[in-house]
Amino acid sequence: MHSYVLRANALLTFAVTILALMCAMATLSDNFNSPSPASQVQVLNIYRFQKKRDGNEEVSLTLNISANLQSLFTWNTKQVFVFLAAEYETPKNALNQISLWDGIIPSKEDAKFWIQTTNKYNFVDQGSNLQNKDFNLTLHWHVMPKTGKMFADKISMTGFRFPETYR
Amino acid sequence: MGWIGEQIDSIKSLQFRQVLTQAISLGMIVTSALIIWKGLMCVTGSESPVVVVLSGSMEPGFKRGDILFLHMSKDPIRAGEIVVFNVDGREIPIVHRVIKVHERQDTGEVDILTKGDNNFGDDRLLYAQGQLWLQRHHIMGRAVGFLPYVGWVTIIMTEKPIIKYILIGALGLLVITSKE
Repeated sequence: MHSYVLRANALLTFAVTILALMCAMATLSDNFNSPSPASQVQVLNIYRFQKKRDGNEEVSLTLNISANLQSLFTWNTKQVFVFLAAEYETPKNALNQISLWDGIIPSKEDAKFWIQTTNKYNFVDQGSNLQNKDFNLTLHWHVMPKTGKMFADKISMTGFRFPETYR
Repeated sequence: MGWIGEQIDSIKSLQFRQVLTQAISLGMIVTSALIIWKGLMCVTGSESPVVVVLSGSMEPGFKRGDILFLHMSKDPIRAGEIVVFNVDGREIPIVHRVIKVHERQDTGEVDILTKGDNNFGDDRLLYAQGQLWLQRHHIMGRAVGFLPYVGWVTIIMTEKPIIKYILIGALGLLVITSKE
């Protein structure tokens, strides 16, 4: 009745149950964190703005990104993936989102940063609608937990505009 | 001969009713696993609600052997989301992050470009020949939850099938010979 196999089975079942419960509690505890992240972005220079041979416009720019995402980190946070996307509307597309820069923040100490960078991925429109167009820069972050549910949020910054002429 | 003989005797000595009970309990285990899987499919709307990460292209976020829970809703796909997609001519689905989205004004169709966090360039090289964008129908789901290491069980079992047969055999034997 109390053979070794049965005891080992009971022990394993108990251990797995406790582990699953701890994982569930860890991910539930994330809900008690109410973060207050802050960010500022400047477009230092749009140093290239051309129509490519296929008719699509391409932009190259220099960005100044500063952010404080330290409040996103909890004890169940493995890393935070952060990226800056240009967002705008054109007659053809209701929404265009183009990631310009991204980074992985592995720890709370690195979550307060300042970076000056050119766009990491090429910024190409579908068509040529960008002249004198307003656009938003939005800082998105995706919190990857050690276990459980993933979280995401963003800060949108408005008031940016493409130049009137190609350069 | 002794141990095997005893086992054979113990199988022979089983009552018909006992055998039936064990067959039913085995059936219950299999069907409940199936019910949970199909139930998850209904709830999440994704044809495979749980996937195992097979490559290191999303490290350090997702490592090989981690498990992702997928959800497929009507919500539009946005940049930054981690999606699982199928490319024509490729059997194994890929888990990568969306970096560009162009959503049509009139039809609501989307053009999506993805990239692995740990890869240098975007995924155009992984797509089918000449394919520049993913469309909605390529997407199997978006990752909403994460559980580390558990997927190693399936990776080991698919790569070393002999372990799978040993495990199934041992479990089957245990069910047949246990008298509780």
